[in-house]
Amino acid sequence: MTRYLTYRLMHSVIVVVGVTIVVFLLLHHLPGGPARAILGAKATPVTIAAFDKQYGLDNPLPVQYLNYVGQLLHGNLGYSYKLNISVDSLLALDLPKTLFLVGISFLISVIIAVPIGIAQAIRRNRMLDHGLTGVSFLLYSMPTFWLALLMIDILSARLRIFPPEAPQGTTLAQVLTDPLALVLPVLTLVLINFALFSRYMRASAIESLAQDYIKVARSKGLPEHKILARHVLRNSMLPIVTLLGLSLPWLFTAGLVIEQIFNYPGTGLLFFTSAQNQDYPVELGIAIIIAVTTVAGNLLADIAYAVLDPRIRYS
Amino acid sequence: MTMFSRPENTVAVTESAPAGGVARSRSRVHISVLGLIGLAIIIAACLFCFVGPLFYHTSQVASNLAASNLPPGSGHPLGTDDNGFDILGRLMIGGQSSLEIGAAVALLATSTGVIWGAIAGFYGGFMDGLMMRIVDVILAVPALFFLLILATSAPPSMLELIIVLSFLAWQVPSRLVRGESLSLRTREFVQAVQVMGGGSARAVIRHIIPNTVSTIVVNATFQVADAILILAVLSYLGFGLPPPAATWGGMLSDGSSYIFAGYWWQIYPVGVLIVIVVVAFNFLGDALRDLLDVRLR
Repeated sequence: MTRYLTYRLMHSVIVVVGVTIVVFLLLHHLPGGPARAILGAKATPVTIAAFDKQYGLDNPLPVQYLNYVGQLLHGNLGYSYKLNISVDSLLALDLPKTLFLVGISFLISVIIAVPIGIAQAIRRNRMLDHGLTGVSFLLYSMPTFWLALLMIDILSARLRIFPPEAPQGTTLAQVLTDPLALVLPVLTLVLINFALFSRYMRASAIESLAQDYIKVARSKGLPEHKILARHVLRNSMLPIVTLLGLSLPWLFTAGLVIEQIFNYPGTGLLFFTSAQNQDYPVELGIAIIIAVTTVAGNLLADIAYAVLDPRIRYS
Repeated sequence: MTMFSRPENTVAVTESAPAGGVARSRSRVHISVLGLIGLAIIIAACLFCFVGPLFYHTSQVASNLAASNLPPGSGHPLGTDDNGFDILGRLMIGGQSSLEIGAAVALLATSTGVIWGAIAGFYGGFMDGLMMRIVDVILAVPALFFLLILATSAPPSMLELIIVLSFLAWQVPSRLVRGESLSLRTREFVQAVQVMGGGSARAVIRHIIPNTVSTIVVNATFQVADAILILAVLSYLGFGLPPPAATWGGMLSDGSSYIFAGYWWQIYPVGVLIVIVVVAFNFLGDALRDLLDVRLR
């Protein structure tokens, strides 16, 4: 177990180092280099040389890379010359809002998907199962942005129940003051996650129900609801734990699209506007954060799986 | 049906000449109904996009503001958009780039991934570790974020889009093929090549890759669906092919400005079309997997 964990940890560190190299190279091979990107198209060769000297950009590439990593390790993700603010301060404002949006949607969809997946497994191949499978397949094949547009068209433009724009505000507390406006972005994300999770949960519960320990529990006369709560639920939750770790990149991607469509002021929207404004330091800073979170999520999913399921022994 | 579907012929064929994996599996299992529906939709979509414009002439370059935002009616079966472009004609032209890029990405990404994975699995050890960590690094940053970074400096051309989308899509086939290659290299027929003095290249190209072909075909089908979908997202966000190119994502983006004006014909036909085409490729992929993957039976 310890050997496996050490191996997995080393593996993750190597991937994170690889990501920093890729991001560093992207940052330094921009059209015209960082000096041109910051000083603008009218900068003269003299001002560019002075800028490069001042910021150490005339050093050899490996030295610059080490400086860059040194800054990253000190928590300095870069500086947005377009917005004249550090990337750290931008993320400190926007990251909590994104984590809230993605987190609450994830939580609600798990709470709905777990009982529905189990119900489908119990009534396998009946009307209820076929109906719910159809619904989740339909939702699963819908592109995020198309589902979001449908939500706006039906629930906002036609029925006029919810506002089409997410709540605005610089801090999370300000965003939370307008819960009605939060409904559409959260609902869209919940529906998309639900489609994915209920499919996993159904498959996992079907597998649990076929195990011998369920037969034992039934034969010793345990009531059905206790079998479900104690044996089926706990054993089928295992893949969901892993799924949380592995679905992080997918959650971030869906989050970006949702934030752009509903104008939700989180990191996804920040990333989108930075791409429009050619604000590379912000884009690459967010990319690093997402990559590290993804790698950490994969690592935690593997560890959680090994800890939760004693049958799994890695060599 | 082919001759392989009759049992007496199957025996005869197996005795005279060993039939390939595809032919043998077809003698026992037929492609599923959903797979056939998927295939029919894909063929219909190709006809609609590539043959349709030959019969249904519209201009998708010269705007006509006098005819903008017209509801479906005579002359414009699906109405017009805010530039006066006919929606039905634009669906056809926009579909061309989606299908072409989707197919090209599937081809390029799958072939890159297959070669990469086969080599990594065949050599194993340090080489395998290094090649697979490169795959992990690219997978660590979600594709949409990578795409937006790369599309930031200038709107991409069609060729650039194909290359970049392929660059972000070859990791999955490479992992699949690497897994199969790891087990294939210990099999007798691959070791026999080395015993007889055949080179590594011969073992990989003639013996390992042909044995992963069912995995490759199934994955390539899913790759088309994924490429069409991410292309639509990219165009929707305004980072796809620049105007005057017509794209499905771009049509949705334009139409979404008029949701509150009630111009439903600007978002529903194109949205439904994207969903149908993506689902069709997924149906076909699922059916091919059931058909080709012996282990699932």
